[in-house]
Parts: sequence; C-alpha cells; structure tokens
Amino acid sequence: MKKILLIKLLVLLAISWGCNDDEFLDRQPTNILTNEVIWSNPEQILSVLGDLYNRYNDYSTVKSWTSTADFNEAFWSEAGQYGNFQNNGYDYGAWGIWDYGYIRDINLFIQKCTAADKLDVATKDRFLAEARFLRAAYYFELVKRMGGVPLITEPLTYDFSGDPSYLRNPRAKESEVYDFIIKEVDEIKAKLPVDAAEKSRATLGAVLAMQSRAALYAGSIAKYGSTTPSVILQGGEVGIPANLATGYYTKALSAAKEIIEGKAGAYALYNKKPDLSENFSSIFYDKANNPEAIFVEDFKLQSGKVHGFTIANQPRYGAEEEEGGRINPSLNLVQSFEKLDNTFAPLETNTSSGAYNYYTNITDIFANRDARLAGTVMLPGTRFKGRTVDIWAGFQLANGSIISGDDRGAQKTLPGKTTREQVVGFDGPIDGFEFTAQSGFYLRKYLDPVTGSGQRGVQSEVWFIRYRFSEVLLNAAEAAFELGQPAVAATYMNQVRARAGLVKPLTSSEITFDRIAHERRAELAFEGHYFYDMKRWRIAHLVLDGGTITPTDLVQDIEKATKRSTQPYALWPYKIYDPSSENDGKWIFKIVKLSRVTGADRFQFGNYYSRIGDDIINNNPKIIRNPNQ
Amino acid sequence: MRLSIYSLFIAALGVFMASCSMDNYVAPNSDFKGRIVYKGEPINVEANQVRFQLWEPGWGKLAPIDVAITQEGNYSAVLFTGKYKMLFPKGEGPFMTNVINTTVKDTLYIDLKGSQTMDIEVMPYYMLRNASFSKGENKVAASCKIDKIITDANAKNIERVSLYINKTQFVSGANNIATTNIAGSAITDLSNVNLTVDIPTISPAQNYVFARIGVKISGVEDMIFSPVQKIQYK
Repeated sequence: MKKILLIKLLVLLAISWGCNDDEFLDRQPTNILTNEVIWSNPEQILSVLGDLYNRYNDYSTVKSWTSTADFNEAFWSEAGQYGNFQNNGYDYGAWGIWDYGYIRDINLFIQKCTAADKLDVATKDRFLAEARFLRAAYYFELVKRMGGVPLITEPLTYDFSGDPSYLRNPRAKESEVYDFIIKEVDEIKAKLPVDAAEKSRATLGAVLAMQSRAALYAGSIAKYGSTTPSVILQGGEVGIPANLATGYYTKALSAAKEIIEGKAGAYALYNKKPDLSENFSSIFYDKANNPEAIFVEDFKLQSGKVHGFTIANQPRYGAEEEEGGRINPSLNLVQSFEKLDNTFAPLETNTSSGAYNYYTNITDIFANRDARLAGTVMLPGTRFKGRTVDIWAGFQLANGSIISGDDRGAQKTLPGKTTREQVVGFDGPIDGFEFTAQSGFYLRKYLDPVTGSGQRGVQSEVWFIRYRFSEVLLNAAEAAFELGQPAVAATYMNQVRARAGLVKPLTSSEITFDRIAHERRAELAFEGHYFYDMKRWRIAHLVLDGGTITPTDLVQDIEKATKRSTQPYALWPYKIYDPSSENDGKWIFKIVKLSRVTGADRFQFGNYYSRIGDDIINNNPKIIRNPNQ
Repeated sequence: MRLSIYSLFIAALGVFMASCSMDNYVAPNSDFKGRIVYKGEPINVEANQVRFQLWEPGWGKLAPIDVAITQEGNYSAVLFTGKYKMLFPKGEGPFMTNVINTTVKDTLYIDLKGSQTMDIEVMPYYMLRNASFSKGENKVAASCKIDKIITDANAKNIERVSLYINKTQFVSGANNIATTNIAGSAITDLSNVNLTVDIPTISPAQNYVFARIGVKISGVEDMIFSPVQKIQYK
C-alpha cells in the first residue's frame, strides 16, 4: 500500500515537472550564436567579418613560400621540389580557384547586415562596405585566374522543387567582372575611413589601390589581348575589346592619383634608413608607422596567427632551426637589376677576352647596382641576423682545377699545405644539396630579422603586403604611359627609382614598355606580381616558351620584357688558391646550370586562364570552357 | 571457445578474399590506335604536347579521356568498348582539323568494338619533307623542303625554322643540347632550307646525336617536325 502511494507521488511529481515543458525544451543554445545575438552587436559582427577577412585569397603569400618565387625567378632548394624544374610545363588546372562558398558567405553577410536594425548607420555602412570590398577582391582574384565567371551578388536559395537548374548562371564577360570591381569601389569608397594607419581592414586607400590595379589589368588585357588572338572566347568570357583600353587606363590613373595626391591618407614611399638596401627590405618587416603599406594581411606572435616564411627561407648556416634556404633567387633575376647609370648589363664574370675577372671582395661584382638587388636577394658576403652568409663553391687552383666538397663547410687539404681547411661555404652552394644556396643566392625580402623568427615554436609576425604605395606609383606610371603621357609616367617611375638609389632620372623618351615591365619585376619581385603581369601583357608564352637557355643566351637582351626565362641559372663564387700569384685569395664567378634543372618551362595558350573543372561544368552546363584546353 | 574465434577469423578471411574479385570490373581491353596524318603522311610533333580528347556520352558526369600523340604522330589508348566522340581541343596541334559536315563539325564518332586502328586526317599548315641530315666536323648539317599546305584565308606565316639536336631520341625545343634558328622572314627558298648546328661537348661522351628540324608557325603553339634521325658522327 505504501508502495502504491509512493508511485502515485512519483507520477504526480513527474507530471507537475512536465508542466514547464516549453521553458525546459526551448532554451538558447550554448554552443552556437544565433542570428539575433550576432546582428545586434557590432563586436560580434566584426568577428564574423574577421572570418571573411581571413579567407581573403592571395595567389602569392608568405603562407606558401613556393607561390612567391615561381617562374624561374628562383630555384627551389628542397629535394621534394626539384620536379618543378624537371618538367616542361604547367597543368591547365594550375592556379584555378572556384570558391563560391566564400562568395555565398559574403552575400549572406551583406544580406543580414543590411537587415540588422540595432546598429548605428556609420558602423553598418562600414561593415557593408568592407564586405563588398572583400567580395570584389575575390572576384578580382577569380577573373585574373579563370576569366569571366558568374557574377553572384545575392545568396542563392534552393526551393527543393527537384530542379535546381534555375540556380545555374552563365559566365559573365571578362570585362563585366572588371567593371563590377571598379563600380563596387566607386560605390563603397565614401563609406570607408581615410586612415593610413589602418593596414589590415579596408580603407579608402585599400579600395582605391585595388581599383587602380584592376583597371590597369583590364586595360592591358584589352590592349595586348590582340597579340594572342587564340586566347579569346567569342562570348567575351575571355578577352576584352581593344576599344575599352583607354577607359580602363584612365580609371587606373585617376584611382592611383587619388592615393598619390594624399586624398586617401598620408601614404608615401618608405624612406627611413640611410642604407638603401636595408631601407628597401625594411618595408616588409617594419610594421611601426610604415607609410608605404596600404593593405596587408597581419600576423601576431603568440596569437596563433604566425607564419613560417623565415623558417623556410632563412640562411641555413647558423639558423635557429635545421632548415631554411629554400628560395634561391636565380641569376636570371639578379642580373636584371640595373646599374646605377640606368643601363642593363650582365654581371661581369669574365673580361671581353674570356679570362676571369678577379674581385678582391666577394660582394664587389654586385657593386654599383640598383639597391633593390641587395634588398631583395641575400648576396654572398652580406649579413643576416648578425652573421655573414657563407656562400662560396670552392677553391680554384692555378691550373684551373677545382677543390670543393660535397658537404656544407667540407674540409680538405690544399696542395702544398699540411692541415685540412674549409673548401666550400657552410651555405653551399653544393649542387643537389637541399637548403644550401644552390643558385649562389638566398632570399632577403620578407625575411624577419627578429630573434626567434626562425624557430618553429615562435615563427614570424611579419605581415604580407597586398597593396603598397610604390605599386600604386608604378600603376600610375604604366597607365600614363599607355595613355600617351610618357612625361607623367617618368615622374612617377623616377620616384620609385630614386628610392632605390637610381637617382639619374629617366627622361620621358626613355620610358618604354620594356622599362615599365622591368621596373615592376625589380620593385615587386617575389610579391606575386610577375605572374599576373606576364599574363595580362600576354608575354608569358614568350618568356616561358619551352626552349632551353644556354649561358650565352642568358646574358643577352637583359632589358627585354620578353626575354626567355625557362630555366633558373646559378652564379657560383670561387676563391683563387695560388700562393705565387697576385690573385691569391681573390674571387672569380662562374655561371652554372644546376644539374637538377633539366626541364624548360612552357606556358601554353591554355595556361592563360585556368581550367574550369569538369565537375563544375557537369553541374552547370552553362559554363563554357576556357580557350585552348 | 578458442576454436570458434579461429573459425571466425577464417570465415572473415574467406569473406575478404572473396570480395577482392567480386567488386572489380573487367579491365578495358580495346586497343584504339593509329596515326595523325595528312594524306597518309604522318604529322611529326613534340612528344606529349599534342593531344586529342575522347568523350563517352551517356554517363551522368562527363570527363574527357586525353590521348597524347607521340613524336612520330602515333597515338594509342586502351579503352572500354563503347561509343566515343573524338575531337581536338581548339588550337591544338600544328594543323587544322577537317570539317566533316555542318552538324558535327570536326567531331568524329567512333563506335569501338574490340581493337581498332584508325588514321586521323588533318590539314597541317606546313609539311616538312625530304629532311636530310649530314655530319660534319663536330656539326650537323640539315636541309629540307617546306610545303605550304594551307594557302587560303587561314594560311599562316612561318615564324622560324629550327634545327635541334639532343643526346636522346626525344628532340624538341624543350629537349635539346643545341639549336640553330632561321627566322621565317630570312628564308628565301622554301624548297631548300639549310641549317647547321655545332655539336657541343657531351658528357658522358657519346658518338651519336639525334636531330630533327622543326617549323614554328606564327600564332600556332605546337611546332611541326621532320622525323628524328640518329647521326653517328665519330
């Protein structure tokens, strides 16, 4: 009887508990944030936007060292990468991207932020402008790689009717995508802050810099597209009509001028250090009051957002970890830096009669050149983190024979001596020995001089600069040149050149296409521009034509933009050992083709625009293929 | 107990072994091969740089099978029996494809039942004929006749003629040890084009090289070549 009472009580208890079902079951989740929570709080919105910023797409970035140094501007001193110098071309799918998930997330952000009603107008406008900037930036990345793509500016919704074909959109014209980018910037620029100190969020400077670059790209595709008539699609998905070139160049020039004239904030060329090479490399690691950087991807130590670019590429000898030295800038690039009298010349390894030139100091052969050379490339005999890089290939004896070793800093006994001594640099170069300076050079640009940057447990917080002031000047120079204003072009170009120690100004008659192409290659080396520049000028298939290079070819026509560069070359310093001669202890240099370089790169017409995958075309048959694939 | 665990293992092994052959398809076994020809003469190209595509319609998702063409103009593919559409991607090869009629344009329909040999006729811009090579003192001399095949509105000029030599039988712009070029504008007589190239020091030494002549046509990516010839020079 007692038991029955107990059961009754329990049932009663259960029922009375159950009365609060609604409250019990309908709770706020603790593991996700709801739309109402996010869209009423600017700080929450900023973190959503932060995710979108983090997904910004860069072709070349410090997060992936190979992408910064492709196309034989460097040899890759890592055993697993040699295959890239042994093949003869690029896959049609290389460089392809198609992340419409990212575009959808941005479109959803814009839709929801527009609907949010608890924000003040200024904050909301800024968020919306930033999202539209990110979307335009991704469409810019898409159009550079794939040509015209479907322009989706609203989040697409499937109605579960069983037929998703209404969601299929055809590719827009290439020019329409560029027009979209330019128009978006015009519409959002008034809503963004004018603040040169803000580097990692969109500012007026950042969007104008993007507009200037995009308009310049579109202009050059319009102008130079006619030289490769087979890289055109009839519907305009690839290729821009030539009559649009002037309009695009005008826009590129006016956007650049707004920045140059200070309307977007106090941007200027970085000029803080007396040593011009040190000054140039500081642009990339000096994050304090840097007036040159316009828009960057920033990193921060101990925050989880750091990168290992310095670990991958630091000089190997004495490095903080047992690795480094991967990017070895090629002689092709090194010799293209001008002499201080504005002329181009190969490095003088030999006299006109063919004998070696003897140099007292190992750095002498690089004297009187563009200061950007030593700012971009770590030359033999220069210093990093207080240590001189030890790059030399061996001893050359009086009879011309070589004594060298096959290990870093190997020791041997020289003839006439009794003790063993070092016969090759601790940084190489040793042919086929990974992480040594196999080309005779290491990279300097973007290397972080701070102690600890080369440790895997610490890494580096050096930023990656997406837009900087000197590129804006060069954009303006190129646009002005193409618009028939060489004097204006010379003014802008000379500013960039003077900062590099090339103080003798170029006259307007000296401004040519080759000059402009060279200036961009030298100033913007290893920043991801070289690839897109070659593509938009339609010279990639000439520079990378699949033919091999002989040492004789290498040193000719250095000033030409279309000079073949299908294989990276090396320059090896040797020390003379000849106690009876006045040349004892001096340096000679030899041009070397590394044994790992056996292929010659061929950039085909089908490489100008990356392949759109068959899976994408199967899902959306309205997408047409890129030409020549 | 122990016995039953063993027997379980054995039973499992039996299942796994059996499934190995159960879910495998029969391998493709139809040989499809032939040559790319102009009126029966094979078109010599650079190895692995010219290809055509085979599409097999009727399946849900489409993806082409790429078939590469060898230096001598041969191709071969091992395929499943079926109906295929064959076409050259636009701009591929130093030739134009023959238009069959206005509906199918240049697409060939192939009904593959068992092995099949087929020569594919194309219209090259130029043909290299009568190539002859002779050895000299550390040099190779070559001559050939270049015939312009396409002479209508689609005709294209010669950008350059190149003589390549290599250590191995693969000879092209990408694979060579020495090259000589003549610009198209410098050629006066197409029926007698002469080139000479010096043989560089080869390490390790060998007493032969392979040579061939190629024609680069303006605005066309792939070159057309003469057949490769081995030259014994010592």
